[in-house]
Amino acid sequence: MANISLIAGKGVLPNIHPAAAITVLFLLFYPAFASDFFVFQIGAYSLVLGTIALSLVMLAGYGGMVSLSQLTVAGLAGYLMAILGHNSVGVMGLGWPWWLTALTAIFAASVFSALIGAISVRTEGIYTIMITLAIAVAFFYFVRQNYVIFNGFTGYAGVVPPTLFGIYWRDPTPFYYLSLAVAAFFFFMVVYGARSTFGLSLQAIRDNPRRMRAIGYDVTLHRIFAYFLSGLIAGTAGVLMVWFNGRISPGSVGVDVVIDILVIAVVGGMRHPIGPFVGALAFVLLENFAIDLIDRERFNTVIGTAFLLVVLFSPDGLLGLWARIRERLRLRKHPQSDGSGVH
Amino acid sequence: MARSAAKIPSAVEVDLVLRTDALTRLQSTGQYALELEAVSRHFGALVALADINLTVKAGERRAVLGSNGAGKTTLFNAITGDFPPTTGRVRLFGEDVTDLPVHERIRRGLRRTYQISLLFDGLSVVDNVYLACRGASRGRLSLRRPKPDDAMTHVAETLLDAVHLGAVRDSLVAELSHGQQRQLEIALALAGAPRFILFDEPAAGLSPTERSELIEILQSLPPHIGFIIIEHDMDVALRVAESVTMMHNGRIFKEGNPKEIESDPDVQELYLGGGHA
Repeated sequence: MANISLIAGKGVLPNIHPAAAITVLFLLFYPAFASDFFVFQIGAYSLVLGTIALSLVMLAGYGGMVSLSQLTVAGLAGYLMAILGHNSVGVMGLGWPWWLTALTAIFAASVFSALIGAISVRTEGIYTIMITLAIAVAFFYFVRQNYVIFNGFTGYAGVVPPTLFGIYWRDPTPFYYLSLAVAAFFFFMVVYGARSTFGLSLQAIRDNPRRMRAIGYDVTLHRIFAYFLSGLIAGTAGVLMVWFNGRISPGSVGVDVVIDILVIAVVGGMRHPIGPFVGALAFVLLENFAIDLIDRERFNTVIGTAFLLVVLFSPDGLLGLWARIRERLRLRKHPQSDGSGVH
Repeated sequence: MARSAAKIPSAVEVDLVLRTDALTRLQSTGQYALELEAVSRHFGALVALADINLTVKAGERRAVLGSNGAGKTTLFNAITGDFPPTTGRVRLFGEDVTDLPVHERIRRGLRRTYQISLLFDGLSVVDNVYLACRGASRGRLSLRRPKPDDAMTHVAETLLDAVHLGAVRDSLVAELSHGQQRQLEIALALAGAPRFILFDEPAAGLSPTERSELIEILQSLPPHIGFIIIEHDMDVALRVAESVTMMHNGRIFKEGNPKEIESDPDVQELYLGGGHA
C-alpha cells in the first residue's frame, strides 16, 4: 500500500500510513460520537491500562526483562497522590498542590522502579518474573497492613484531578483527552527511543548481554536505567489511574490486577508499542461486556480463555495475528510471492 | 610481516598517528600490553589454568596454540574477566585490572572475539558496529537518535568496509552467512580504538577464500594494536603471529617464534603423536 504524506514539507510527519492516519483521526474525534460511558469507561480506561502495559512492553519487548511489578509502581504513584495531596478519608492528605504531588509521585515511582530493577536485573527469565511478582505481593500486603501511611484495607478515596483552565479534568471528555495525550506522548517516546543509542543498546542487551559487556557496556546500569524510564511511564499512568478511579486501596494493586497487566501486554503483542493499547482495549471490552456472554463472576474464565487462545494460536499477540492475516491476504492477491521476506 | 594501514577517515588517521606514537613510547619504556602473574582458574576440582605467567609486549601479535581442553579460551576469559582468575594478577598496560569488571577492562582498550559468534541478531549489521564504537566512548545512555552524519556511524561504516561487509550494512545479523558473522565479530573487536585484542578461533568454519580475507584483515591492523590469537588452523596462526605460546593441560608448555615452534620435536609429539619428524 502506498504511503501518503499528511503534511507537506521536510521532516513534518512524512509518510504516514493511511491506517495510522485513520486511527489518529478516530482517536481525536472519538468523544464527538461516543457516549460518556464509552469515552470514559472504555476509551480512557483502555488508554490508562495501555500506558501501564506500555511500560512493561518497553522492559520486556525491548529489554527482555519481564517485570510483574509495573502495576505496583503505578500503584505507589497513586498512593502518593492520596498521601501527599488531597483525599476525603481524613488520613494523611498533606495538601500539597496537585502539580507538586504529581511530579513527586511520578519521580518516586521511577526511583522505586529503579530499585526493583537493582534487585532483579542480575537474574533472567523465570527468576526475574518471580522476584518482581514477590515484590508486587509484598507491596500488596504491606499497604493492606499499614494503617499509618497507607490506611490499610480501606485505602483512600476522594483523590480527584484539579479544575484547571475552567475544566474539571475528571469529566469524561477532558479525562479522555488527558489520557490520550499522556498515552500518545509515551507511545512516541518509546517509538523514538527504540532507535536512540540507549534504545539500541537495550535491544542488544536483550539479544546478548555477555557480548554487550565485551564491547564496554555496564549491562546492570543499563537495565536499571531502563527500569527507571519504565517507572516514569508507569508512575504517570498511576496518577491517571487514581484520578480515574477516584480512590486507591490494596485491591488496586492486588496480584490479580498485577497479572492483568501481563495479560494485556501479551494479548496485544510485545513487538510494537501499539500492542499494549490493543491488548488494553480488548481487555476492557471483555471486562465490560463479558456479562453479556457469561455470568459476571466468570469474567476471569473469559479473559483466561482469551489469553490461552491468543498464546496458543498467536504467541505474538493480536498484532501478530493481524500481521499473519494481512500476509495471507497478500499471498492470495499475489500468489507468486512466497512471502519469505528474504531479499 | 607486512602491515599496511586500513583505509580510514582522516580523523581516525590522526588518532592512529597518536596511538602509534604512544606505542613507540610504550615500547621504549619496556611496558607490556599484557602481564599475567601466576594466574590460575579452578572450576571446583578441575584446574583449567595452572600458574600461568605470560607477558605480551605492546603491539606484539602472538598465537596461543594447544589441543582442545588445553585452557586457551579459559585464558581469554581470565584476561577479560568473563571468568576472573581464582588466583594471580592480570595487568593491562601496566594497570592491575584483576578486580575490574569486564566493561571496565574493555574501556581500557581490551577487546575480544568469541569462538561461537556472539552478535545482536535482532539488530542490523551497522547498528552492531555502531554500538561497539559507542561502547568505548561517552553517550552510551543517550536517549537521542544518532544523526546520519554522526562520527560514530561514520567510523562504523568505515569498519564495515574494512571487513568487507559494507554491502550488507542494513541487513539483520540473523540473515548473514556464517563467514559474514565471523567477519562482523572482528569488526566489533576493532571498534572503539582497541589497544589489545584477543581473537578466539576467528577462522573457525570459514572457506579458504574467507580465510585469506581474514589473514589480510589481521595483517593490515594498525601497528599499535597487539593481539593474541587462538587458532587451530596453523597456517592462519603462524602467518599473522610473530611469537607463539603452546598450552597443554592448563599450563604453558612452550614459547618461541613460529619457526622454532614448528620444528620443535616436543610440539610435534604433542600435536601429531610420536614418530613424526
